[in-house]
Amino acid sequence: MRANVMKTDDGSGSAETEVRVLRGRGIVPGRVRGRALVSPETISGWGGIDPARGIIIERRHSLFGVSFAGKVLVFPGAKGSSGWSGFFQSTRLLGTAPLAMVFTTVTTKAVLGAVVTRVPTVSELDADPVEAIHTGDLVEVDGDTGTVTILERAPDQGEQSQRTD
Amino acid sequence: MLLTDDDKAMRDGRDGTAVAAAMDLLIRYGEGLGAERLCSVRNVAGTSTQPTPAKEKIAAEGGWNKAYAVINLDCDDDIEIPKMRVPTCQLQHGFSADALNITPYNPHLVELQAEAESFASDRGINILATCTPYQVGNLPVRGEHIAWMESSAVVYANSVIGAKSNCEGTASTGAAGLTGRIPYWGNHLDENRKGTHLVRSEVRVDSFMDWGLFGYFAGDLVQEERPVLTGDLALPSQADLKHLGAALATSGGVEIFHMPGITPEAPDVESAFCPRPVPEAVFYRETDRRAAYETLNNQGTSEDVDFILLGCPHASLEQVGQIAALLDGKRLNSGTELWVMTPRALRTVADRNGYSAIIERAGGLLLTDSCPAMSRTAPTGTRVFATDSAKQAHYLPAILGIEAWFGTLEDCIGAAVTGKWKGELK
Repeated sequence: MRANVMKTDDGSGSAETEVRVLRGRGIVPGRVRGRALVSPETISGWGGIDPARGIIIERRHSLFGVSFAGKVLVFPGAKGSSGWSGFFQSTRLLGTAPLAMVFTTVTTKAVLGAVVTRVPTVSELDADPVEAIHTGDLVEVDGDTGTVTILERAPDQGEQSQRTD
Repeated sequence: MLLTDDDKAMRDGRDGTAVAAAMDLLIRYGEGLGAERLCSVRNVAGTSTQPTPAKEKIAAEGGWNKAYAVINLDCDDDIEIPKMRVPTCQLQHGFSADALNITPYNPHLVELQAEAESFASDRGINILATCTPYQVGNLPVRGEHIAWMESSAVVYANSVIGAKSNCEGTASTGAAGLTGRIPYWGNHLDENRKGTHLVRSEVRVDSFMDWGLFGYFAGDLVQEERPVLTGDLALPSQADLKHLGAALATSGGVEIFHMPGITPEAPDVESAFCPRPVPEAVFYRETDRRAAYETLNNQGTSEDVDFILLGCPHASLEQVGQIAALLDGKRLNSGTELWVMTPRALRTVADRNGYSAIIERAGGLLLTDSCPAMSRTAPTGTRVFATDSAKQAHYLPAILGIEAWFGTLEDCIGAAVTGKWKGELK
């Protein structure tokens, strides 16, 4: 579950919080702009989300009860059942899909899930998005160029970036 | 991604619009993965018959061809779905007609699923209706590329059988059945099948419950990676390996594990990691065992148990026989129900051997096709359930909003008979 923190330190001593553009690979094309919801843990599809409400329902999950509908969902990867893609496809069909997906680890579940959810998706970034992006940040996800741009930090970012040290 | 002439012909419509849509999905998916090419498969297992609210809506508006197109191929066009190109089966789904009147499952969903089942079987999809196709005649060959979904079946196929499958999904298996192709990525490449973590048990692992606990620990430890399990391990039974794999794929996303000397791709520890060196071992100790047990039991507070669920993944004939032996001559507590899940094919054998009659005489039910998590159904009024399955104990509280206890088969049968949970880690 622990992801490697890839510092993007340019030598000036201002690491991490200076990150503005994360470069990676586009998984699903398209470009959108929205607020991030960052899950520190991997997400289950089947048994982990309720597509009708667009929320995380796994009781042991730190985002239990939180809605991802219309948000840029940033997460380390997909875990659990192979129903993952089908459940995220249902969020598209029921109108509760995330706006975009950004994930750390490429797996068949996460990629197929992103493809059938039909939302711009980027992975294999040069910094771990779960560390670099904070919930509430305004980000642009560009699946055509494979980049994620952090346009505006959430108000409480100071506390969050300290916590990641 | 590199496409063969045959792939391109399918994409361009040589074999009709549905095959073209299937190839289009496989290309989008393969490119998303970063796969270099597709590979051929002749064994596909996917879910195609489970009723969901989204599927019901699409089928009502556009029929079952439309539902298959959207759900199983991610295609919005009006296309006719032809017969599958390669041998394909479906997996577990909701309850069928044999559960009507004895479970509170919605009869409307039984009807809907029966329609989906007819549609699928007309297209050559074998209705195995189980999460364990390998228990009922679908046994791939070692080294064969396959396209399976159901995380517990995928980890079993890769690790115990030595077939090569990624953890596929509804749309990728829907497309694989029509094309006989799947992205050549991940577990299809030999170098991606080698171990990443050495996990050594310092405690004796020799019971169904302990295999589940060990798997739940190791899955959480390695997440999507590939554990090599060693240490004080007894020779596991087929049911133990099934439970272990399901647990590894529940707390983590494990799709392949190795057990040196037991599983086919690991004659010894070195070859499980070769050409990479054997890493330092992570130990599984009594404290870890207890922590896994306590995590699985942290969704239970009331000791009054309404419902016992056995057979996740679906019980083998041997397991059904064990349950029958423990229940023989006993009677369930009046406020407690017991469901045992098994594949329909094994239910037929259990009927013939008298196991079903013993379980039913005690007041329990031997059910097929589904499970409480898949069908989102438990006996009416259930607040607290108990199970011997790490997977079901993990998922069901979230799916049904009920409390859970996890323990041994004997703990579960004891709770079924007394209505009280008395399980503890010994």
